[in-house]
Amino acid sequence: MAHVTATPSWAMLAYLIAGVLFILALRGLSSPATSRAGNRYGMIGMTIAMVTTLLTHGIASLPEIAGALAIGGGVGFVTARKIKMTDMPQLVAAFHSLVGLAAVLVGLAAYLNPGAFGILGADGTIEPQSRIEMGLGIAIGAITFSGSIIAFLKLAGKMSGSPILLPGRHVLNLGTLIAILGLVAYFTQDQSQWVIATITVLSFIIGFLLIIPIGGADMPVVVSMLNSYSGWAAAAMGFTLHNTAMIITGALVGSSGAILSYIMCKAMNRGFLSVIAGGFGAEAAATGGAAKEQRPWKRGSAEDAAYMMKEAENVIIIPGYGMAVSQAQHALREMGDVLKKEGVNVKYAIHPVAGRMPGHMNVLLAEANVPYDEVFELEDIQSEFAQADVAFIIGANDVVNPAAKTDKSSPIYGMPVFDVDKAKTIFFVKRSMGGVGYAGVDNDVFYMDQTMMLLADAKKMVEDIVKALAH
Amino acid sequence: MDFISILSIFVMACFVGYYVVWSVTPALHTPLMAVTNAISSVIVVGALVAAAAEGSAVSKWLGLGAVVLASVNIFGGFAVTERMLAMYKKKEKK
Repeated sequence: MAHVTATPSWAMLAYLIAGVLFILALRGLSSPATSRAGNRYGMIGMTIAMVTTLLTHGIASLPEIAGALAIGGGVGFVTARKIKMTDMPQLVAAFHSLVGLAAVLVGLAAYLNPGAFGILGADGTIEPQSRIEMGLGIAIGAITFSGSIIAFLKLAGKMSGSPILLPGRHVLNLGTLIAILGLVAYFTQDQSQWVIATITVLSFIIGFLLIIPIGGADMPVVVSMLNSYSGWAAAAMGFTLHNTAMIITGALVGSSGAILSYIMCKAMNRGFLSVIAGGFGAEAAATGGAAKEQRPWKRGSAEDAAYMMKEAENVIIIPGYGMAVSQAQHALREMGDVLKKEGVNVKYAIHPVAGRMPGHMNVLLAEANVPYDEVFELEDIQSEFAQADVAFIIGANDVVNPAAKTDKSSPIYGMPVFDVDKAKTIFFVKRSMGGVGYAGVDNDVFYMDQTMMLLADAKKMVEDIVKALAH
Repeated sequence: MDFISILSIFVMACFVGYYVVWSVTPALHTPLMAVTNAISSVIVVGALVAAAAEGSAVSKWLGLGAVVLASVNIFGGFAVTERMLAMYKKKEKK
C-alpha cells in the first residue's frame, strides 16, 4: 500500500494506549465509587489520541485547528455546565447527532483528499476496500445525524412524541436501505462524486424516516440505538485510517449501545425489530380510547399520605417520567429525609425503562442527593413489596400495571412490572384520572381497594406531603 | 497494518466491549451513554488529519468543521459525565 506517511510505531503504540484507557473508562462505571477515576482515564486517552495525531501530521495549520478546538470545546463545556439534569436525554441525543455529522465530514474529507489519509492505490484512485469503509462510515454517520436530530426534537418536546406513520413506510425504508448498500458496492467500481453524494443524501433521509414513526415511550431504545450507531461510524472511519484508538472505541461504543438497546427492549418485553418498525402507542391509544367504563376509585389527600407513611415501617417509592417532568426529585428527597427521621425505612425502586433514557431516574435522584444505596433495580426489590406498608408511585404508570402480568391482549403484556399490588397501601401521584400511560392502557391499580389517588402536579403534591408531615 | 490485523483488533474489542458494558451498574447507564458519546468523538483524529493536510482546501475545511463538532462532544461529553458522577453519593455514615 502506498502510504504518503507511514504511521511511526510510537504513534501506533500511543493510539493503542488511548484505546486501552477508553476501555478502563467504561470499566470504571461498574461502580459509582470508581466511576470518576474512569472518566479521567477517558480524558487522558482522548488527550493522547489528539496530541499524537497533531504530532504525526504536521502542525502547519495549528492556529486554525486551535481555533476550531476552542470554539467547539467552549460550546461543549458551557452546555455541559448549564444543562438541567432533566434535559439530559435530549442533550445526549444532540451529542450523538454531532458525532454522526463529524463522521460524515471526515468521510467526505477523506474522499476529497485521499492522499492525506494514505488510502491512495498504486493507480491513483482510492483503494476499493477503503471505498467500502468510507461509504459505510458516511452512511452510518448520516443516519446517526438525522436520526438523532429527530430524537432530540421529540425528547425536547419541539416535535410531537406521537408516532408519525407514513403509508408504505416499511417498503420505502427497506428500499432506501438496499439502495444505499447497493451504491456502496457500486462505489468500489466507480468513485465518481455522484455516487458518494447520493449515498450521503439517501442516508440523511433514511435516518429521518427511521425515527419519525417511533413514539416517545420507545425513545430509550432509540437513544441507545443511535449511541450504538455513532460507535459503528467511528469504527468504520477507524478502518479507513487504520487507527487502533478509533477501532477500539468504535467497537466499545457500538457494543455498549447495542447492549443498552437490548436491556431496554427486554424490560418492555418487546422485540428490537418491533420497536424499530415503530408505531407503538398509536394503535394502543386508539383501542384504549374506545370503550371505557367508569370504575370507582378513591381520592386521597396530602394529609392522608403523610399520616399513612409516618406510621409505616417500609415505604417504597417508584418514580417515573412524570417526576422528571414536574422536577419533583428534590421535594421527594426532602420527603424521604423527613420519613427517615421518623424511623421509616425508605427505598426507591427503578424500572429499567422509567424515564426517557437508560438510567434517567437514577441521575435525577442522585442530583437530589438521594444516596445510591437507597435506590434499587427491579429484580432486587421485587420481593420486598410484600413487606411494604406503602408503595408511593410518582409519575410512573405502565411499569406498575398488572395488566402486563395477566392480560394477554394488552400491548404491554409480558413486560416485567413492580408488584405494587402486594403493598398494604398504594399512593398514586398523577395529574388527573384522564391520562393513561404512554402505552395508552388503563391501569387496574387505580381502582384497587388499597389505592388512594393523589391527583395533583407531582412536585406540588410532594411539597404538600412534606408540609403535612411537619405537623 | 493490513486489513486482517485491523479486523482482529476490531473483533476482540467488540468482545471486550460486550463484557465491560455488562458489568456497568444500571444506575450509571446515563453516565455510560454520556461517556461513550465523549469517547466516540475520537473521530476527531480523522478530522485533525484532514484539517492538517495540504492538497485540498475543501477537505481541509470539512476537517476543521468536524474538529469543531467533535470537540463540542469531547469537552461537553466528559464535563457532563463528570458533573453527573459527582452527584452519586453513598449514604452518610452516622
